[in-house]
Amino acid sequence: MANWTVRGITRAMLPLLVVLAIVEIGSGLVLDTFEAELLRYPSLLILVPVMIGTAGNLGSILAARLSTAFHLGTLSFDPADDDLAGNAVATVALAATVFPMVGVGAWGLAALTGGAALFVGTVVAVSVISGLALAVLAVVVTVAATYAAYRFELDPDDVVIPVVTNVCDVLGVVVLFVVVRLIV
Amino acid sequence: MSVRDVAAQAYREALPALAVSAVGGLFAGLVLGGMRGELREVSGLLVLVPALLATRGNVYGAMGAKLSTALHQGLVEPKAIPDDRRVYAAVSAAMLNGVAISVFAAGVAYAVLVALGRPRASLVALAAIALVAGVLSGIALTVTVVAVAFAGYRRGLNPDTLVGPVVTTTGDVFGMAALLAAVRLILALGGG
Repeated sequence: MANWTVRGITRAMLPLLVVLAIVEIGSGLVLDTFEAELLRYPSLLILVPVMIGTAGNLGSILAARLSTAFHLGTLSFDPADDDLAGNAVATVALAATVFPMVGVGAWGLAALTGGAALFVGTVVAVSVISGLALAVLAVVVTVAATYAAYRFELDPDDVVIPVVTNVCDVLGVVVLFVVVRLIV
Repeated sequence: MSVRDVAAQAYREALPALAVSAVGGLFAGLVLGGMRGELREVSGLLVLVPALLATRGNVYGAMGAKLSTALHQGLVEPKAIPDDRRVYAAVSAAMLNGVAISVFAAGVAYAVLVALGRPRASLVALAAIALVAGVLSGIALTVTVVAVAFAGYRRGLNPDTLVGPVVTTTGDVFGMAALLAAVRLILALGGG
């Protein structure tokens, strides 16, 4: 039963929060590693929060949908499963829709506020390539985490969503780092 | 349903929230882009950014989910000015955890930067920035999440589907704005 005291809520949440904060510091260190590029190109710095946030959102939306299908008993862990395949396709399609706009938006905001040092096509390419790679990774991580919850008989709602959201946050930064190193 | 139907439905349901939170993320990016001077001045500040943003989502998202469930169960009344001790317990716990984790993250970031021999500001400066940012964004997010969940519920909307997008969108914007205010304050007080 839900606990409604400060102590009870803290005891339930704090251990997971501590672990997740440490994981997120890992992604902060990756950012620190390419701080010079981020400070030189404002468009890329503007991309950082939206990359992290959108990656986490793609993962958490997929995780919530798979958890519901799992609770309803309609999910099976077969690549040919309609729920699994359909949600995976939707995740990639959502990334393909949102990330081009994100790239143009980041470049536009940089151009409006002191000048974009990069060509608009470069920023859009960074956003789209990172976004599509992230969508594929989000699918893999979410399906693996949901499957692990199922095997260990945990409620996917409690465990999978925070884990997936934070792992996707970190992957967002790592993928951005790799793509920036490759094409900028 | 076929794969195509499942995919089309999932796409339609998720796109609005994803697009709105992407716009929020771009505004958060705009704040971060405007912080280049502070980022150069306070070494190690960038290390804290993902942890601070994620903590907002984890702590206040969980608070929102808890309040949504309580509204559905009738445990909590959706009054304009909440007077239920459960609401105050959930809000106090979220503020306490949010601020504590922010300061903890600053400590971990400092320790790792020392271990790696990378440049860093003082522990006191990083912890003070995290503390002030945690308090400011906590207040803004608590007020927003409680107001949106309660007002939405009174109007017959499902708070479960409102809280997630509201937290991810406002969390990034408030989180970055609070970080900017905190850095400026600490630098003005002579830290960094």
